[in-house]
Amino acid sequence: MIRIENLTKEFGAKRAVDSLSFTVERGEVVGFLGPNGAGKSTTMRMITGFIPPTSGRVLVGDHDVVQDPIAAKRLIGYLPENAASYPDMTVLGFLNFAAALRGLTGDAKKKAVHRAVEMCSLDRVLYQSIDTLSKGYRHRTCLAQSLVHDPAVLVLDEPTDGLDPNQKHEVRKLIRELGRTKAVVFSTHILEEVDAACSRAIIIDRGRIVANGNPEELRALAPNAGAVTLQLGAADAEQAEQRLAGIPGVARVERSGERITVYPSEKRASGELARAVAELAGREGWALAALRTEEGHLDEVFRSITLPDTHGSQAKPSGGAA
Amino acid sequence: MSAGNSPTWIIARRELGSYFSSPVAYVFLVIFLLLTGFFSFAQGGFFDRGEASLVAFFAWHPWLFLLLVPAIGMRLWAEERRAGTLELLLTMPVTTWQAIIGKFLASWIFLAVALLLTFPAVITVNLLGSPDNGVIATGYLGSLLLAGAYLAVTCLTSAMTRNQVVSFILAIVILMFLILAGFGPVTELVSRWAGPTVVNAVAAFSVMTHFDGFQRGVIDLRDLLYFLSVIGFALFANGLVIRNLRAG
Ligand SMILES: Nc1ncnc2c1ncn2[C@@H]1O[C@H](COP(=O)(O)OP(=O)(O)O)[C@@H](O)[C@H]1O
Ligand SMILES: [Mg+2]
Repeated sequence: MIRIENLTKEFGAKRAVDSLSFTVERGEVVGFLGPNGAGKSTTMRMITGFIPPTSGRVLVGDHDVVQDPIAAKRLIGYLPENAASYPDMTVLGFLNFAAALRGLTGDAKKKAVHRAVEMCSLDRVLYQSIDTLSKGYRHRTCLAQSLVHDPAVLVLDEPTDGLDPNQKHEVRKLIRELGRTKAVVFSTHILEEVDAACSRAIIIDRGRIVANGNPEELRALAPNAGAVTLQLGAADAEQAEQRLAGIPGVARVERSGERITVYPSEKRASGELARAVAELAGREGWALAALRTEEGHLDEVFRSITLPDTHGSQAKPSGGAA
Repeated sequence: MSAGNSPTWIIARRELGSYFSSPVAYVFLVIFLLLTGFFSFAQGGFFDRGEASLVAFFAWHPWLFLLLVPAIGMRLWAEERRAGTLELLLTMPVTTWQAIIGKFLASWIFLAVALLLTFPAVITVNLLGSPDNGVIATGYLGSLLLAGAYLAVTCLTSAMTRNQVVSFILAIVILMFLILAGFGPVTELVSRWAGPTVVNAVAAFSVMTHFDGFQRGVIDLRDLLYFLSVIGFALFANGLVIRNLRAG
């Protein structure tokens, strides 16, 4: 549904988005991750036709967003970064306005607004002026606006930003459900949302894609993914360190107190290294207190392949991962 | 889609709704009516003229509108930019032109309502004497066009900033030029060192020059064209500003 080809955006000399290419199909929820200033919002603004790309193109459905903006925009529901809405309107007035601009009239409009109101649990505040709403409600009002025409494509810029944990949970659940029938892209810098809502995640850094895959694939990129951690009695730990290093295919061994981590020289099928370690422990008669194969944490992946906030700074020397 | 459901009208209706949902609109209307009354009846010497006409009433409009029209239009784009709703609006399936025309129309309609509410003045002169109601009608047409031209300039300045006050001041500065280029005392000053051709050329850009005819009951095609092209040009520039904004 969304097809992005070599998408680039320059602001003056600064390249905010640097030849991105990816696609999102119906039934997918793609998490768009990256540190602040990575270019997430800029990319989304180009997908939704708010700003034109410097080069490259975006197809939504079969419509080029620059050549045929109206047709492309009809297919998209968009929640902008700040979730802005007209403060002087009531929730119902605002949703009616959005529905009307989406070409809905009469009964169809009423039904569509009602559906969006239910999905976002707004029935209690329908007649309230938006500027009197709490942040959570304001956010959901804007979210409802993006759903009112039941779009095939949803672009959500930080949809859980500023919500409390319960609201975050609700929104993630909603995104997961919507993702069954729609093509959804949402940006976030909260890594747990990848597991909570995404079928795939794309990590970008300084405008470039540095990782693209499902959560398991991404986790495998963690520096310690596939390593085996074991915990031994104090007496055994010291000599075990050297013995473990002797296992074929082990790159290095790290010990801190009684906890030892064994890194394989190449990431292999899970369990293999753990079995070898357990066998050795059995033969040596170590008092094994714990043994575990590391899955890798997303935040470690994130930290190892992106650089800290790049806001306002000039290009930094490139880190190994890009 | 019928005209009532076109994006332009949907946007215009929202803008109009937001005028009337806030007390500001009513305060504006009251101030407008009080000021027109005060200037034309007290300052304009309405009763001393000894003639039944609204000349004094209309003569103040270029100056009254100088403050009131920017006050009405300053918010149109600046507020969308400040609140971030511009992004929402322009990612809807609407064109920039539909948004520009919709906003302009909403405010123009609001100003037309304000003008309509001055009808007691028409009734008054008709009770006091027998004015030429044709002249009054062209006078109103002139005022409406004048308000439209001022408003289009304000739309443009409103798009140039996210600060309403800045857009208000910018509009007044530009409108001052448009007024003064043809204002009697200024044209006299210019004529001291420039030939009549220059004076006339400068004055041709002024709203005053083109506003006069309507007050005398004359609808000159050139005057009509002048106001329509000021509106067209300012709204076109408005579109360029928005396009620039989006291009980053
Ligand atoms: N309108 C703009 N003009 C100039 N620079 C911009 C503009 N919008 C974004 N940028 C810059 O582009 C980079 C990417 O910004 P953004 O897409 O907002 O990042 P993210 O959403 O990932 O935090 C940032 O360095 C930001 O300062
Ligand atoms: Mg952002």
